Amino acid sequence: MKLTEEALSEQRQQDALAGRWRRLPLIQSPLLRLTLLVGLVTYLILALSSVEVNWARVAEGAGRGLEFLAAFTRPDFISRWDDIWAGLLESLTMTVTSTVIGVALAVPVGLGAARNIAPMPVYWVCRGIIAVSRTFQEVIIAILFVVMFGFGPFAGMITLAFATIGFMAKLLAEDIEDLDERQVEAVRATGAGWWQTLNHAVQPQVMPRLIGLSMYRLDINFRESAVIGIVGAGGIGATLNTSINRYEYDTSAAVLLIIIAIVLLSEYSSSFVRRWTQ
Amino acid sequence: MPVSTSPQGQPQWRLRTTKAQWLGYLAWLAGISLFLLCWKVISDNTMWVFVEDAGRQGTDLISRMLPPEWTYAHQLWLPMWDTLNIATLGTALGIMMAFPVAFLAARNTTPHPLIRSLALTIIVSSRSINSLIWAMLLVTILGPGVLAGIIAIALRSIGFVGKLLYEAIEEIHPTPVEAIAATGASRMQVMSYGVLPQVLPAFAGISVYRWDINIRESTVLGLVGAGVLVCS
Repeated sequence: MKLTEEALSEQRQQDALAGRWRRLPLIQSPLLRLTLLVGLVTYLILALSSVEVNWARVAEGAGRGLEFLAAFTRPDFISRWDDIWAGLLESLTMTVTSTVIGVALAVPVGLGAARNIAPMPVYWVCRGIIAVSRTFQEVIIAILFVVMFGFGPFAGMITLAFATIGFMAKLLAEDIEDLDERQVEAVRATGAGWWQTLNHAVQPQVMPRLIGLSMYRLDINFRESAVIGIVGAGGIGATLNTSINRYEYDTSAAVLLIIIAIVLLSEYSSSFVRRWTQ
Repeated sequence: MPVSTSPQGQPQWRLRTTKAQWLGYLAWLAGISLFLLCWKVISDNTMWVFVEDAGRQGTDLISRMLPPEWTYAHQLWLPMWDTLNIATLGTALGIMMAFPVAFLAARNTTPHPLIRSLALTIIVSSRSINSLIWAMLLVTILGPGVLAGIIAIALRSIGFVGKLLYEAIEEIHPTPVEAIAATGASRMQVMSYGVLPQVLPAFAGISVYRWDINIRESTVLGLVGAGVLVCS
């Protein structure tokens, strides 16, 4: 017998009065609930059984793990300071240049990818650029560019700029698509051309968000610059990779602490800038 | 209101005041100088010889990639299954750890401000270090394999899920919480009947979003030996 909605809620009310209230289940049908549960458990068993753990290796590595944790209590900034400083400088310069270049290229792409101001063919081309730039992981792009441009920060900079284009252009285009149409119409009604509309109606509306996003991207680019060094694209990641491979955990701990400190700093300053622009 | 006076003594509207205009110019000057300085450092550290033959190297790489060798594909099923497992199990583990951390970090549910700052530290340090770096560390500790990948993904997910979830918890409506508390519910009951139903939709959304990111991230973990897809 299938109970109607009303009868069900009546039933629940009676139960509640009798002190037998229970929460509504997330999924109504009990059969579906059971199937999902069984499926989940099967997947977990299958997945967990395919994870091979070499316990002897883990036991051997556990000592090294403790050593690494201990290194955080005595990070060694001094003995490799020259390498750390060189890596840090490379990372920071890479972050700044890639963000500037990326944002500068992302603005036209973002304008083209906004459906309400760009004609259809331009729209599809720009959406295509965004999709290509967003599909691949930074690390994979970095491998490609390291092959093309050789080791060093130049490849890293191009990688980060490339990734920035997709990120910024997509968010900028979405922001332009839901801006306030009335202001655009008001400016257009004064007889303004396309550029003037853009400059006096669109730009003031999206500028605070554009600045906020650029600051956020600066933050992301620094974090990513620490990673792409692993595949040879320069920066602090290369220093970190070397120090881990040489088991110099004190230095690695120092590098990680520096990364955390800079990320924290940039996070606070970017939230400050965002509050100031809005 | 930014107004200037024309030679005839007529007030004219302008976009900015003189002071704002000059500050703008100065900001641009500082920004461009910084960019040029950074560019100089990078160009000093670059071997331009390698950059010049970039086109040739690129076409070489792409010509060797095309056409893709599909006969190799059947060897990829196992690594793909492992990659999916790394992402899923890592996300599950990360969510489990992030859930209590988020409740400790949210201003309205934390038991003590000191615990709150501790939880925030956990979130920040997990967020600032990429899963690839976590994997690199874990591979030296646990040895290469899927397990290191799972834990690396989990450690990175704590920060992401924890941050978004604690922001969601801080934005809940206080009225249902007060209503539940007024019935004489204990602290845990308030959490479970007042707070949890309000954040569950956000929690589900965040988890799926992170799972999506993790699938993409787990493919590159093989580079440092934690997982399989890129090394094979």
